[in-house]
Amino acid sequence: MTPVSSKKTPFTFDSIEPESGLKAALGKSRADIIAEISASNLRGRGGAGFPTGTKWNLAAAAKVPPGGRKFVVCNADEGEPGTFKDRVILTEYADLVFEGMTIAGLAIGAADGILYLRGEYLYLRPHLEGVLARRRAANLLGKNVAGRDGFDFDIRIQMGSGAYVCGEETALIESLEGNRGEPRNRPPFPVDTGFDGQPTVVNNVETLAWVACILARSGQWFKSAGTAKSAGFKLFSVSGDCTAPGVYEFPLGVTVQELLDKVGGSGAKAVQIGGASGHCIPASEFSRRIAFEDIATGGSIIVFGPGRDMLTVAKNFMEFFVEESCGQCTPCRAGNARLLEGIEMLERGECSMAYLRELLGLCETMQVASKCGLGQSSPNAFMSILKHFRDEIMGRTAVAH
Amino acid sequence: MSAEIRQDVVGDTSRAPVSQIPKLGKKATGEAAGYIGGQVSATIDGHELKVPLGTTILEAAKSMGIRIPTLCHHPDLCVAGVCRVCVVEVEGQRTLQAACAYPITAPIKVYTHTQKVRRARRHVVDLLLSEHYGECYTCVRNNNCELQSLAKEFGVDFFRFGHVTEPRFEIDSSSYSVIRDPNKCVLCRRCVRTCIDVQEVGALEASGRSIGTRISTYLDKPLGEVVCINCGQCINRCPTGALHAKDASDDVWRAIEDPTKHVVIQTAPSPRAGIGECFGLPPGVPMTFQMNTALRLAGFDKVFDTNFSADLTIIEEGTELLLRLYKALVAKEPVAFPQFTSCSPGWVKFLEHFYPEYIPNLSSAKSPQQMFGAVIKTYYAQKTGIDPKDIVTVALMPCSAKKFECNRPEMDASGFKDVDYGLTTRELAQMIKEAGIHLPDMPKSDFDDPFGTRTGSGVIFGAMGGVMEAALRTVLELVTGKKVENLFENANIVPVRGFDGVRYVELPVTEVSPTVEPLIAHLVPNWDFLKGVTLKLAVAHGTANAKKVLEDIKAGGPFSKCHFIEFMACPGGCLGGGGQPIPTSPEIRAARAKAIYDEDAASEVRKSHENPAVVELYREFLTDGPCGHVSHRLLHTHYTPRGKYID
Repeated sequence: MTPVSSKKTPFTFDSIEPESGLKAALGKSRADIIAEISASNLRGRGGAGFPTGTKWNLAAAAKVPPGGRKFVVCNADEGEPGTFKDRVILTEYADLVFEGMTIAGLAIGAADGILYLRGEYLYLRPHLEGVLARRRAANLLGKNVAGRDGFDFDIRIQMGSGAYVCGEETALIESLEGNRGEPRNRPPFPVDTGFDGQPTVVNNVETLAWVACILARSGQWFKSAGTAKSAGFKLFSVSGDCTAPGVYEFPLGVTVQELLDKVGGSGAKAVQIGGASGHCIPASEFSRRIAFEDIATGGSIIVFGPGRDMLTVAKNFMEFFVEESCGQCTPCRAGNARLLEGIEMLERGECSMAYLRELLGLCETMQVASKCGLGQSSPNAFMSILKHFRDEIMGRTAVAH
Repeated sequence: MSAEIRQDVVGDTSRAPVSQIPKLGKKATGEAAGYIGGQVSATIDGHELKVPLGTTILEAAKSMGIRIPTLCHHPDLCVAGVCRVCVVEVEGQRTLQAACAYPITAPIKVYTHTQKVRRARRHVVDLLLSEHYGECYTCVRNNNCELQSLAKEFGVDFFRFGHVTEPRFEIDSSSYSVIRDPNKCVLCRRCVRTCIDVQEVGALEASGRSIGTRISTYLDKPLGEVVCINCGQCINRCPTGALHAKDASDDVWRAIEDPTKHVVIQTAPSPRAGIGECFGLPPGVPMTFQMNTALRLAGFDKVFDTNFSADLTIIEEGTELLLRLYKALVAKEPVAFPQFTSCSPGWVKFLEHFYPEYIPNLSSAKSPQQMFGAVIKTYYAQKTGIDPKDIVTVALMPCSAKKFECNRPEMDASGFKDVDYGLTTRELAQMIKEAGIHLPDMPKSDFDDPFGTRTGSGVIFGAMGGVMEAALRTVLELVTGKKVENLFENANIVPVRGFDGVRYVELPVTEVSPTVEPLIAHLVPNWDFLKGVTLKLAVAHGTANAKKVLEDIKAGGPFSKCHFIEFMACPGGCLGGGGQPIPTSPEIRAARAKAIYDEDAASEVRKSHENPAVVELYREFLTDGPCGHVSHRLLHTHYTPRGKYID
């Protein structure tokens, strides 16, 4: 099967000479590699936006218990609704990702890389195994990688099984260990106590691809794009009510309106940025910037045209979370279910204003009291839709009180 | 003779993810540079103190006298951090943090009851109630329920997010011992952590996800059909009524009220050390003699002390051990060593499931409960002239597994079901309350004859190492001809006592008695074969520790060289049993142990072979002696290799 590319713009990746990032890294000390990443201001492309250089520094400094070893994990459990840019990267730029993982291994002192691949991407596995085999044959993986004495690094692929929560890094690690995919308590963080209790760096597919680019060019080059707090380029998965859905590259800081104009979604009523766990932005706020300091995202952009019923949109997202909560902690397990029931009450016109206020209060509790990012972000869509489209929602049926 | 203690390293039994085990003070070196002595400053609600690096917020607050409410937290278990009741505000953090799961590794400022915190906790309890079915006053845990307490503490006066009005799940009452009511489950997973980490049984695990999350057995099979060992440790740690023991008290009341039935009760050592807790007393206040009075008032015809059959067990099991040693050392016959104790039915079923190949190592002696049942329906029936079919034997046990044990099909040596009903400490407390009795107010009275002699050796069966100590008191005296008091101060064999998961003790036999006690003279000609032998003994409690010992034996490690090993399914031994009052904690178990050892120290007879009722039984009834024909028929049993694979 030859996947059809959904690339809509040229990617910066195309301009990077293969393996030039790894070559540059091999000529540097571990500290210098991390310094280059830190200088680039690269922040995690999975959505949380943690500074990659800081993460690597912590893992590099972490003490390994006797007999232990460090790990580099690539989070390819791309599960956020509306996100498919990692699929494109893995299909067309797998070498860049593996190059990034190898650089990470070199930087933190790990010999083992694991690609945690989303269960639904099983069809990509033969292709990825082929790339790995080719890299091993070219000594880009294995013993003394690319001739660097003492640097051994190899990568294996482990499949996920379709749980959204396994995109959360500690749940991912639990899953890697063969346990139920449930988030751990943090601290300790994976950089200290990760896979098998060992220091582990977990990076998103796109983050690792940018790592290779940054080493190939420079931290300064990367930082020159984007905004002061959100350096570099970002891939966006665009779907919904627009004429040209697909994967786009923009520098961070792009406004919602600029993006919509590019994708043929100019007349949109609202845009969901960041997937189900993200925020719903109404047309009045389309001048806002997509950047960590304004609207952060892992890259999912869902466009809602003028005809969309926003309560149905909210219901769709809440159904997703009621399906995908791991069920471990109370606020997320029971909270999402109560929010969905609330939406159903709104649909029937049976939700009083008083109860709606209770539910919005519950949303705030879920945001601060849930154990992991899933429950902490699952009320976002409900809250932002009820904030911006309250008149539409309350007007669609008679309100009980 | 000297006792050398070589204490084993077994400590951490948790299979919990490494990240969930609080690393208390472990980081005090190396990375902790800058923190002198591994101490770190914690400011909680404005009060500052220094705590060891890695202390959780919950522990730090507790040490300052600040109470943070909890639900999924339990002092015996690894951290879960799932209920979110204990959330607190940490300065500089956007989200609230679970106090039970947050290790303090840097100076920290914590606020435990801000508006944000109080609202979140209240919401969490509201959400738990929105998933919880059950009316408190029809619940076995009414007035002893952590969810109920939290609701009261947070002033819950309405169901903010609704509540469940109809049961959604079937109650699983397939087990003789443990009943599961998923309608009342709050998914704190204390049972799962107990079953997996404390017991390494793994009969319970979470399945499904989100609102479909359930505590489940393998393939959702009935509990009675899976590898559950009936230890009931999950019951002791369940915060609600989702897990409870199968209550026999209605059947017992019926027997008491039936004028044709002669109802006798035997009471094990541990319930008397715990039952006071059900009446508001602090742990560790023994209620032995008040309980005797209460039981008679409640209507039992005779009240006997299980210590009698505990002593009987020692004679039978001790003789079996000496015979195994004789066979191995003199007759050079192949004998299974080490010999394992068999009085803990949870342990026995654990072995049958997970290590059936070691069944030959289990002592064939029945447990004290079952020996007593068989003796009552034979010897006692004869002696009193009561038809055994009219005798109902009830056993008061600290144990839920005893309910399974008395229902084992092979336990009918008397021609009848040897023990008709097993009652837990909790069930008896309920019966006593139903009878309108406030136990602590009862006058004291003694046990009934002929099985009423209180012996210290029997009573210490309730504590970890107690069976071993009782066996040693008898075996050492028989073999050396010397009083145990001359070997150990006050006959307290302290090396085998304590709460460590596993103990290993070596006892060199330097001299032997020139004569053999008449009771067993027909079995062993003399003791010369034991001279110079170093007895290697071990004690393990909690089946996770048992597993460690068995794996060591499998691998040919030091425990494979042992002669005798005491195994108890429950942490702390019987005093921490699954039928004991709720809650349980290391402190509560220690207090109960003290009550038990105090009773031992105050007993006139402290050695099984000196129990006059036991001596008389062998003289009058078991005339061919310990491990003889009659005793084999009545007092010994066989086991069932069950395996761990379920169809």
